[in-house]
Order: sequence, then structure tokens, then C-alpha cells
Amino acid sequence: MSEPLLEVRHLKKYFPTKSGMLHAVDDVSFSIEEGKTLGLVGESGCGKSTTGRVILRLHEATDGEVLYRGKNILELSPREMREMRRKMQIVFQDPYSSLNPRMSVKSLIEESLLQRSRGMSSAERERRVLAIMDLVGLERRLAHSYPHELDGGRRQRIGIARALILEPEFVVLDEPVSALDVCVQAQILNLLMDLQKELKLTYLFISHNLSVVKHISDQIAVMYLGKLAELADHETIFRDPKHPYTKALLSAIPIPDPTAHPDRIILEGDVASPINPAPGCRFRTRCRWAMPECAESCPELMPNGNSIVACHLYNGGQK
Amino acid sequence: MKQKKEKRYSFARETFARLFKNKLAVFGLFVLCVLVLTAIFADQIAPYSYDEMDLLNAYQFPCKGHIFGTDEFGRDIFSRVVYGSRISLKVGFIAVSISVVVGGLLGAVAGYYGGWTDNLIMRAMDVIMSIPATLLAISIAAALGAGLTNLMIATGIASIPTYARIVRASVLGIKEQEFVEAAKAVGTRDFTILRKHILPNCLAPIIVQATLGVAFAILTAAGLSFIGLGIEPPTPEWGAMLSNARTYIRDYSYMCLFPGLAIAITIFSLNVLGDGLRDALDPKLRQ
Amino acid sequence: MNDFLRIEDLTVEYRSGRRHVHAVNSLDLQVGEGEALGFVGETGAGKTTTALSILRILPNPPAKVLSGKVIFKGQDLFQLSEREMRAIRGEEIAMIFQDPMTSLDPVKTVGDQICEMIQLHQRCSKKEAWQKAGDMLETVGIDRNRAGEYPHQFSGGMKQRVVIAIALSCRPSLLIADEPTTALDVTIQAQILELMKDLKKQYQSSMIMITHDLGIVAEICDNVAIMYAGCVLEYGSVFEIYKDPRHPYTRALFDSIPDVNRDQERLKVINGLPPDPTDIPAGCPFHPRCPHCMERCKTEKPEAVHLNETHWVKCFLAREEGRRAHE
Repeated sequence: MSEPLLEVRHLKKYFPTKSGMLHAVDDVSFSIEEGKTLGLVGESGCGKSTTGRVILRLHEATDGEVLYRGKNILELSPREMREMRRKMQIVFQDPYSSLNPRMSVKSLIEESLLQRSRGMSSAERERRVLAIMDLVGLERRLAHSYPHELDGGRRQRIGIARALILEPEFVVLDEPVSALDVCVQAQILNLLMDLQKELKLTYLFISHNLSVVKHISDQIAVMYLGKLAELADHETIFRDPKHPYTKALLSAIPIPDPTAHPDRIILEGDVASPINPAPGCRFRTRCRWAMPECAESCPELMPNGNSIVACHLYNGGQK
Repeated sequence: MKQKKEKRYSFARETFARLFKNKLAVFGLFVLCVLVLTAIFADQIAPYSYDEMDLLNAYQFPCKGHIFGTDEFGRDIFSRVVYGSRISLKVGFIAVSISVVVGGLLGAVAGYYGGWTDNLIMRAMDVIMSIPATLLAISIAAALGAGLTNLMIATGIASIPTYARIVRASVLGIKEQEFVEAAKAVGTRDFTILRKHILPNCLAPIIVQATLGVAFAILTAAGLSFIGLGIEPPTPEWGAMLSNARTYIRDYSYMCLFPGLAIAITIFSLNVLGDGLRDALDPKLRQ
Repeated sequence: MNDFLRIEDLTVEYRSGRRHVHAVNSLDLQVGEGEALGFVGETGAGKTTTALSILRILPNPPAKVLSGKVIFKGQDLFQLSEREMRAIRGEEIAMIFQDPMTSLDPVKTVGDQICEMIQLHQRCSKKEAWQKAGDMLETVGIDRNRAGEYPHQFSGGMKQRVVIAIALSCRPSLLIADEPTTALDVTIQAQILELMKDLKKQYQSSMIMITHDLGIVAEICDNVAIMYAGCVLEYGSVFEIYKDPRHPYTRALFDSIPDVNRDQERLKVINGLPPDPTDIPAGCPFHPRCPHCMERCKTEKPEAVHLNETHWVKCFLAREEGRRAHE
């Protein structure tokens, strides 16, 4: 087993709101090995995007550590952090709002180079921009177009090119295909996988779509209301989901096969509020196996078989 | 660097190409050009000097010698309107530039940084806003003393809060967009983000407000001149001329008509030009 | 073939300046009584435009119906007066929109919003209407005591339930659902789909389900229409389409979804992009991206080939495949 490239330890991010503390990310720990992909899955508001942004310090963490090659990047000075950003990049969900409408494709991609390499000649910059455009499959003739003239798939390629031009090692992909049609989605997923192989990238792939995550990830972490519910490799989690929430999530995916009649677990009610959450397991209000102890203490992540699960059912409780 | 210049040029050219498709905006631009030329070549255009009195020919209706007529001292109104364009345009544009630059900067900083910076700046703006703009201009002009420069400063300061609010509101909206976050993620400095990503995207409301602002500045300056805090009497200024002529509106309405028309045409052309510019600057409308 | 809803040769265009966007191009389709039809296609395929033209609520201008008939229970909806049409909207044909956040009025209680719909179409007192509104809320799984609350007090899934309650309050015989679960989370989507399945059984109404998710269609629909560039390329029962897709586009569509139950190294993709709706290619609209494109596809529009009573496909290959199988 190789050294993890990125290790997140007890990461917390609270937002103060009028009605109390919003626990967006609450004690999340995981690690990603070099060249691998960790899929982070969860429903809207579970804190998966916040996790990605806190790792890149787009939001400052409330508590915890993010170790990048063993170095805690949350303690870096702003100057050191700017240097660090060369290695850590992000691709955003919405290819519409993540591109400045007033900049041409070339200047969008070039921007990070201008920030970084002040000494670089414009010919050299142009060469790099065109090279990266080739790499992500953007036609060179589009260099002087504006984002609104392009379709969603091409815009997302711009987002990817912008992230990759600094030759990062680690990329956070925040729902990169959610806003796209299925056919385009497939093209972008393939592109991301090819790029990973070619450039030896490490991905944190954030998505609400389990089938997409399964396709691209080596390991999958399921998040519910700011906490990790389960962490396992992508086969185990689908073959043998342990956490009741993972089970429900898996069974909720509509299967494109009219003959399949899945034994569906329909969750009752809605996600509880992340503001001042009650002690105990966050999922217990919707869990069909909730036990008295679920209300008392919050289950820790414990290894169970090939997975790591945070559920009292597996921590000595009866199944 | 050469590259950059080329790109800027093409951006400006595209903007103008779109602007020229809008006939009304072209009209506005044309009128404005004529006004600017009038101001520059006032000496050549005006048949008389602006302060040349001819009491024998006072109160003359428009006629061959005086196409706009003469005022109560027999001064040629046409010449005064022509010379007045110098003062009015200067006051309008410089006062608005002061408020756009200062207000825009304050608003951008307040909106971008938020928190106590925002509170401090915006509460200060609220204090300024709680005083009626004209009254504020009067007090500033009274404190600084009469004169053209002070007039422009007073008018400029009075409308700073308006721009600060507008810019802050659009910055607040734009900074939440992902492309700003994307710029942060590649390590762009705050100032560069403000300059390159945020401000260009809130140009539209500023331009529209600024064109209206020129109108407001011209009128405020007129008001100040009227109560003796602005332009000294013999200097022609459209607002002041209008105020003076008010007394004679019943019998010699042409005395109000021409400076009034001058103000109205200037403001109308500024407004249509502002609208046209806003559309031309919006890359989403590009086809 | 019954005459519940039949769309014939519908062509709709959006005009902005000199650009003509061909949103729907001579579309033919029918929906039987009590049947659920799935409308599948990518963004811009004309799904929503078709739905809006059935209800005649297309924004006009810029949209313009150039030709076609929509025959609903024997009458052509395009021939009706606006007044007659208003009676049909809501009472006979109801629509559920994609975003529950914006399709409810934020300043009215949900009970009032349901009452409004009921009183628009039925003569009854405020009290009766309120009673019925409560019943409707219970049908969609909301406590009737919440009728006095405002939309912002409901979560996204609950709001969509309210929207469904409003749509069903007059017991329409046709329900058009435009991506009703796209804005919702998976587990909430599962709840809503379950609810819609139950209601479909209970109300026996016909339904048009617009979606891009083939999984949802498999679960809830009887028949599927695959839309591309404003026309239907393939139509059939869910079993036929899912087990034996014939059009190259349909096949490609299935190939491009990552399958949870299978491990794939790479997804198969369709090369190229959906056609520019201002400039739809001549012949078969799919031909520039089709791996089996032949010369005649470029010039000639394929007619529907009926493979059996329900399943048809607009592709030249289908007939040849059929002939080959026959021989």
C-alpha cells in the first residue's frame, strides 16, 4: 500500500447562522492514495461540496487537519498556500456560472498561468494553452470564443483545462457532470478517466449520482448530514452495503430495466436540519433499525469486513 | 504584452460594432459628440461673447441677429448656451467621475470583503444618504466656498453613496458565482479578482446610473449656482440660466426654453447612449 | 387505436430576430387512455415544447405553432377558443413543473392554492373546497393540518407533493409531468416516484412523463417515445425499447449511462453533439453522429417502420434488419 497523497483528519466546518451553528462538515476523516479516486456521495446539503472546498481552503476549516504529502496545509501562510494551489485544483459543477462571461476561452484557461509564471513569454503561454486545449478535446479554433457561445460539454472542458494547465497532482471534481446530458456526461467521464491515467492525477470526485461515482471511483465515501456513514471500495459498497443509509441510497436509484423490481427501501421523511444537530446518530430519525443507543451516542467509524461503517448495528449492537 | 493589446482592441471593436447596430444609441453618441465639439469650439461658434451686454437689445425674441433671442441684459442666449455647454458638460462629467470612482471603490471593497469593513463603509454611506443630496451639496459647497472646482466636488460627494450601494449590491451577487471561486482556486490575488472578474461584470448598472448621474449633477450644479454657491453670475451655465429665466417665464418663455432644451437633449442622449452601451457590453447578447 | 390524445404533424418554431429555432418538427404521437408515456431526450430535444403546445401555453411570441393538430378526446385543441381551452387546462389536462421551489406562490398557504384550483373548475363553497384540499393533501401523504402553512415551511420533496396535489385536485384525465423529480435528491425522488405510481393506479389517468432519466421511465411508464432534434425517432412499449432498442440513437443512449450493476472500463459515447436547432440536418436528423450512416440517410427522411403493433422506429436500417431476419 502506497503512502496516501491526501489525508483528511477530523475535519470540521461550522457556519454560524441566525438560528445556531450549522454543522456542514462534522468530524470527517479519510485518505486518498496517489493516482486513485475517492468518490464522495451524498444528498444536497450533506456537506460534500463544503468538504471539497475546505480541503482547498476556499473556506477555512473550523477544526481538523488536511495532510498533503504529510504536511498540514491548513496551517500554511497565504503565500505558501498560493504556491500549494498549483498542485491542488478544482473543477466546478456549473459550467455556466463558473466561467467569467466576459473572458474568452483562451484568457480563461490562461488566467492561472498569468498568476503563476510571470516570467513566461506570451508565445510560451499560448503554446501551453493550445496544448491543454488539445488534451481536453477543445478545438483550437474556439480559443477566441466566449463561454456562452459553447455548449455545456465544451464549457466543462474549459473548466477542466483551466484546472489542469498548472499541472496539478490533486483535483477536486465538484459534481463535474451533474449539469450535463447523459451523452455529454459519458464523454466527460471518459475524458476525466483518460486524463487521470495520462497525468497520474488523484481525484476527489464529489457527486450525488451513485452510478457515476461508481464508474469513476476506486473508493467511495457516503456522507450524511456532515458525517461519513460508510467508506469502502467501489465494489464492496455496491455488493454489500452496510450502513442503512447506504442501503437506502442504493435502492433508490431508478434502474433502467422495466423487468427489474428492486426491493426498494423508501426512507420516511426528510433530512434533519444540520443546525445544532441533536447528539446521537444523524440518520436515526429516518432509520428503520434505529435503537435506543442511536439517540445516545454518535457511532464511530469502525472497520467491518472490507468497509468502514459508522453504525451501532455493527459496533457490538445486535443486528 | 503585444498580445494583450491586440485582444483589447478586438474587444473594443466588437463592443462598438454592437453599439452601432443600435440606432438610438448612435443618435445619442452623435448628439454627445456634437455637444463636446460645441464646447471645444465655443469661441468659433458663438457669434457674441457670453458676457457681452447690450441693454438696448434686451428681451429680444429670437430673430435674425440673435437666433435664440437675448436675455434681460441683452446678452445673446445662443452664445451663452454654446459657452454653457463647456461648464455643464465639465461639471456633469467630472462630478460623476468623482462619485463613480470613489463610490465604486468603496462599494466594491465593502461588498467583496463583507463583515466589519462592509459595516463601516455602508454605515458611513447611510449617514451621507440620510442628508438630502442637494442639501449636502449645499453644505459642502458652503464649506469649501463658491467656484467651479468646489461645485464639482460638492456635487460628486453628494452622490457617492448611490454608486457605493449599486456596486456593493452587484459585487455581492457576482462574488457568489463560481467563477470567482474558481479564480481563487488558481491562487489569484484579491485585488486582481476584483479588477478582472468582479468589476467588469458590474459595469452595466454603473453605466446606466452614471448617465442618469450626469443629469443629476448638471441639475444640482444649477441649483447651487442659483443660490450663489456655484458659478459666479456672468459665467454661463445652463442650470443657472434656467433659474434666472424663471422670473420671465410668462412673458419671455424662450429664455427658459433654450437652456432647458439643451439640458433635456444632453440628458436624453446620455440615457439612450447608456442603454445602448449596457447592451453592447453584455457578452451574452453577442451573436 | 383509441383517440384519447393524438398529436399529428406538430411543428413548433421559436423566432428571435432572423434566427428560427426548429423546436418540434412534424411530430406524431398518441397516448392511450390510462397509459403512461415517457418522453425521453436530451436538453433541447423539444420535450417541454411539445408538452406546452398540448396545453397551448407556449410563450407566443417567440414560439409559433406552424402546423399540426392535437386531438384530445376527439376535439382538436388548436381549434378551441381561449375560453374553452381554459376549461380544459387544469380540469382535463394538468401539468407538474420541474422546480417545486418556483411553481408555488410563496405568499399563499398551500391549502389556498389547492382551493383556488378546485374553485376554478368546480362549483363549491369555500368550505367544501378547503375540505377537498385537505383530502388531496392526505392523498399525497401530507397531514391535512398543514394546509394553513406557507410553501417555505415545506421541504423540496413536500413542495413537489403539494404541486402534485394541486395538479390532481380536479382529477384530470391527462397529467403532464415535466421532469418532476430532477430537482430532488435520490431518496426523495424515490418517495415521489412511489407516490406517483400509487396515484396512477388510483386515479387511472393518463400521463406524459418528460424526463432524461431512463431509469424513471422504466419504473413508471408503459410506453416510451425517444425524442431527438424535435421528432420522435423510436416509439414502443418499455419492454420493447429497453430489451430491443432498434434506433442507433436509442442504443447509444442506453450505452452512455453508467450501469450500477455492471463494471465497465469505458462508457460508449456518441460522437459529436446534438444538432443546432436553428440548422437541423437534412434527412435523418441523427445521421451526422450515426455510426451506421448510409448515403440515403443524408438526404431522405426515414419513415416510421412498424416492427409490430406498438413498436416503430424511424430508421432505414430497421427495415433492412427486418428483411434480413425474414429471409
